Amino acid sequence: MSESIVSLIDVEKRFGSNLVVRKMSLEIQRGEFLTLLGPSGCGKTTTLRMIAGFEDATSGIIKVQGEQVEDKEPYQRDVNTVFQNYSLFPHMTVYDNVAYGLTIKKVPKEEIRRRVTEMLALVQLAGYDKRKPDALSGGQKQRVAIARALINNPKVLLLDEPLGALDLKLRKQMQIELKRLQKKLGITFVYVTHDQEEALTMSDRIAVMNAGILEQVGTPMEIYQYPKTRFVAGFIGESNLFDGTVKAVEGNLIQVETSAGLLTTCGQGFQPGEEMHVSIRPEHLEISREPAEGFALPGKIKDFTYMGTMVKTALDMADGSELKFSRFEHDSRLREGDPVYVFWRPEKSVPIKKSAT
Amino acid sequence: MAAHSAVQKRKRNVSILGEVYAILVYAILYIPVVVMMIFSFNNQRYNYYWSGFTTQWYAKLFSNSTLIGSLWYSLIIAVLSTVISVLIGTLGALGLKRYEFRGKRFINNMLYVPIIVPEIVLAVALLIIFMRLGLSLGLGSILIGHCTFCIPYAVVTIRGRISGDGDSLEEASMDLGANRLQTFLRVTLPSIMPGVMSATFLSFTLSIDDVIMSNLLAGAKNSTLPVLILSMNKSGVTPDVNALTTLMILVIVAGMLLNSGIRALIKKRSSRAEAL
Repeated sequence: MSESIVSLIDVEKRFGSNLVVRKMSLEIQRGEFLTLLGPSGCGKTTTLRMIAGFEDATSGIIKVQGEQVEDKEPYQRDVNTVFQNYSLFPHMTVYDNVAYGLTIKKVPKEEIRRRVTEMLALVQLAGYDKRKPDALSGGQKQRVAIARALINNPKVLLLDEPLGALDLKLRKQMQIELKRLQKKLGITFVYVTHDQEEALTMSDRIAVMNAGILEQVGTPMEIYQYPKTRFVAGFIGESNLFDGTVKAVEGNLIQVETSAGLLTTCGQGFQPGEEMHVSIRPEHLEISREPAEGFALPGKIKDFTYMGTMVKTALDMADGSELKFSRFEHDSRLREGDPVYVFWRPEKSVPIKKSAT
Repeated sequence: MAAHSAVQKRKRNVSILGEVYAILVYAILYIPVVVMMIFSFNNQRYNYYWSGFTTQWYAKLFSNSTLIGSLWYSLIIAVLSTVISVLIGTLGALGLKRYEFRGKRFINNMLYVPIIVPEIVLAVALLIIFMRLGLSLGLGSILIGHCTFCIPYAVVTIRGRISGDGDSLEEASMDLGANRLQTFLRVTLPSIMPGVMSATFLSFTLSIDDVIMSNLLAGAKNSTLPVLILSMNKSGVTPDVNALTTLMILVIVAGMLLNSGIRALIKKRSSRAEAL
């Protein structure tokens, strides 16, 4: 069943001497909600624009439905885009904006009327057809932009930070609506965002990008629980990261020497002497008065932050780094300045290979 | 309280002063025009004193083939140079705004040269070139002359209307299946239309009003209306010229009223649509 609808094969994009997308290969499955996630300037929007046809790939192959599209104009590709700034035609009414694609294709007027009405109802904008974009709120403009793209029944809908300009409450609401719409229509969504929370809630799969490199592709759970690179571990959710060298390997257990002290993690394929990273989520960190077996991470409690349901504790480590520790309830025996030892259950931490670059 | 009313009083004084000033300015601007229009109905040859009402100058005007001929000549030149200037100006404005190329800054700066340089200099320069190339003077040379100063105005006027996010509107259009020509006609042109209209009116006015180029580059055969009137000035302008200019003013005023009427109608209709 998993059949790829968009394929990127070794795609690179260069702006002058600037390599914006490096050797990117990605298969996007039919009907999935895939998010390109990364900080600004990571190349996610450029990747999207190459699929849409607004940018030419410097090298590599882009396929839509198995057909190479590098030499095709945007209007020859079976994909539609929802733009970050909506890009509604200001001189046209909502109706004419939504009808645009069908008008160009010379669909009969009666059918256009039927489909536009249907589409406006789908995005909950029935009755707004005679308005100009100027007379709409941000959320309404966004719905028009979505309707205008979806009415063409695209094989793939590309969305470039579509909710970026909306306020938090509206954004949350639109996230749910978009996800529902995608499930209902079964259209492949390729969604670009820098908001990891948005990516985690909406996506079937997330492709994390950084500095033009595709770091990791996986389900939100895989990305969160098993980050494969140091960047992914740090970018998705909160995480404590250690850089160190493998000291000893015993079965699954790996002892790692770091500047903060000795720690133990759990994994395979690591050799003594090898440099590596270890990631541990704040909620999996444990502290005690005595050092635990396999750990020698002395620190001091720096301060507490009450976050309502959570209490976050910051710990000062011997090497000057800071660790984050969080619990649902505050342990009243702990005081600021208390010396403590940090440890965790080795299987809760994630070992990460040091990347070649 | 007292200070408050003093301020208000001063404000009122200022506003009365302002009104008087505005009335004076408009009076100085329009009284000559009105006087000229009145004298087009004057029952004698000279524009010095009133001697009775007549419409004979209007009848005379239409039998004055030189005057009517030069009016047509002026109109033809104005229409042609407007069409050419606005076409080139639109493409030029889009190119200068949308694309990056070598020498863009140079071209942008050179654009203002024909606007700044005194027209007589441009006219003499063109005259020298035409003589060198052995081109005969006439309609063609005047057209080229008018276009040299209309094009920069057209480019500047239209460029101001091209918004920064026009790029993404065109992308949206192509994304929805429209090719480049369809995108230009359906999205780009409508969005810069106000600029194109301004450029059209501006070019037409500049051309029909022009004396220096039209005079120097005219050749022996035909002259445009302003040039003809100017030459009549030596022997005194006859009232049929008054009649002609009166008619021209009436046409322009009617055009302006029609334009603002249409605009008001469009606004009313679109605001009603929004209210629905």
